[in-house]
Amino acid sequence: MTFEGYHRPNGTVGIRNHVLVLPSVMCANHVVDRIGRALPDVITVQHPTGCSQIGADFEQTKRTMAGFASNPNVASVLVVGLGCETNESKALAEEIAAQGQRVEVIGIQESDGTNNTIARGIEIARELLQEAERHERRTAGFENLIVGTECGGSDTFSGITANPALGHASDRIVAEGGTVILAELPELVGAEHLLAERATPEVSAQLYELIARVEQRAAAMHVDIRYGNPTQGNIAGGLSTLEEKSLGCIHKGGSSKLRQVVEYAVRPSERGLVVMDTPGQDIEQLTGMVAGGAQVVVFTTGRGTPTGSPIAPVIKVATNSAIFGRMRENMDINAGTIVDGVRSLEAVGDEIFDWIVAAANGRKPAAEELEFRDFAINRIGPSF
Amino acid sequence: MREGTTPDILRLAEVDNVAVALRSLERGETVAAGATRVVVAVPIAVGHKLALREIPRGEAILKYGQVMGRATETIAAGEHVHVHNVEGLRGRGDLAPASAEKAR
Repeated sequence: MTFEGYHRPNGTVGIRNHVLVLPSVMCANHVVDRIGRALPDVITVQHPTGCSQIGADFEQTKRTMAGFASNPNVASVLVVGLGCETNESKALAEEIAAQGQRVEVIGIQESDGTNNTIARGIEIARELLQEAERHERRTAGFENLIVGTECGGSDTFSGITANPALGHASDRIVAEGGTVILAELPELVGAEHLLAERATPEVSAQLYELIARVEQRAAAMHVDIRYGNPTQGNIAGGLSTLEEKSLGCIHKGGSSKLRQVVEYAVRPSERGLVVMDTPGQDIEQLTGMVAGGAQVVVFTTGRGTPTGSPIAPVIKVATNSAIFGRMRENMDINAGTIVDGVRSLEAVGDEIFDWIVAAANGRKPAAEELEFRDFAINRIGPSF
Repeated sequence: MREGTTPDILRLAEVDNVAVALRSLERGETVAAGATRVVVAVPIAVGHKLALREIPRGEAILKYGQVMGRATETIAAGEHVHVHNVEGLRGRGDLAPASAEKAR
């Protein structure tokens, strides 16, 4: 199968053609916001990171920003820095350029203040928009497609309806040569053996190591993960333990072999099913997968989570008909029809697959129509 | 749908000792998963679990054919199975010895 996408100079293929204006540090959020207000066609994000960070935490923040800016859905990037930040804007721009992405950079201190930087930023972003308009969609194979999978606001139906249906779609994506990311490591705890038995000994060992890391963090804090995950909403929905949630979550990845395990916001080098180390926190997970190159995400929800990425379409699958009806404007597919006895799991899985293909060709799911711009980077160390 | 389906409850694997309510269940009604019939002991909300047989204290709770936790008290057939009588076995940092600080 094929889709019509934007072929980038670095060999990747986008399914959107965005111009991104990215603050390298929170001190540039205001300027970025003002550029976005002047030019509604650019995509802007805001975040509270980029300064007074050290070691692995800083590396991960920088890698996430560079990966996000280099996602094939982004035609070009304008990085806006302050000038004295840890995440130095020119160094970030160099890292983005090294990934083959078209990038410009401006600094607030170098541009002599807020208003000058806004004016200069608008000028550059306008040029980037004109440049991006010249790109056209051309046919591409599924080997170019990375699909992120996510579940948020889960209930007991997640593991019975939407997640297995998504698993059916995941198997079809992999069969077509594409890549599927399964993430949210805490929600694999208790089900990791089912994935490990479908992996090489090396990949299996890496997976067990990541899972052990999650449990060590809980041990170091002397808390039961159950107090944070499953959440109160999950528990109200009928989920009793982390293992129960995990056993439902894992269905999203389907039944193909596990090919690779990657760190947060790292682009997979293998095709097929891949596990990424992200937290279960929805927006940090979403940002990590998109920074790892996912052009499209399928998100299942039982309680009704409306989240969406600024640059990648997020397709929402309701696990039950009640939430599909109540939050219709936020939902794209109703997997509740499976327990209603109306449709088979495979039929809903095929609908998810067809939606992925349609989104790749330009169709906007609800979260994209509603213009969600959720963006959050997973921190692994304190601010100093 | 999978094995064990009725319009009332869903057992996800043959070996499971719990099933999921597909609609709100009233006390006293009889529901079935395959050949297993059980009288509902308390009202059970849609999506919540009930015991298909007596589950002694300390025994594994099985769902999807896998261990999802352990009974913290003996659970009678037809009872609600949830956080009040089930504990997870994984991610239990609260049970970690003080030396676990070193794992940070």
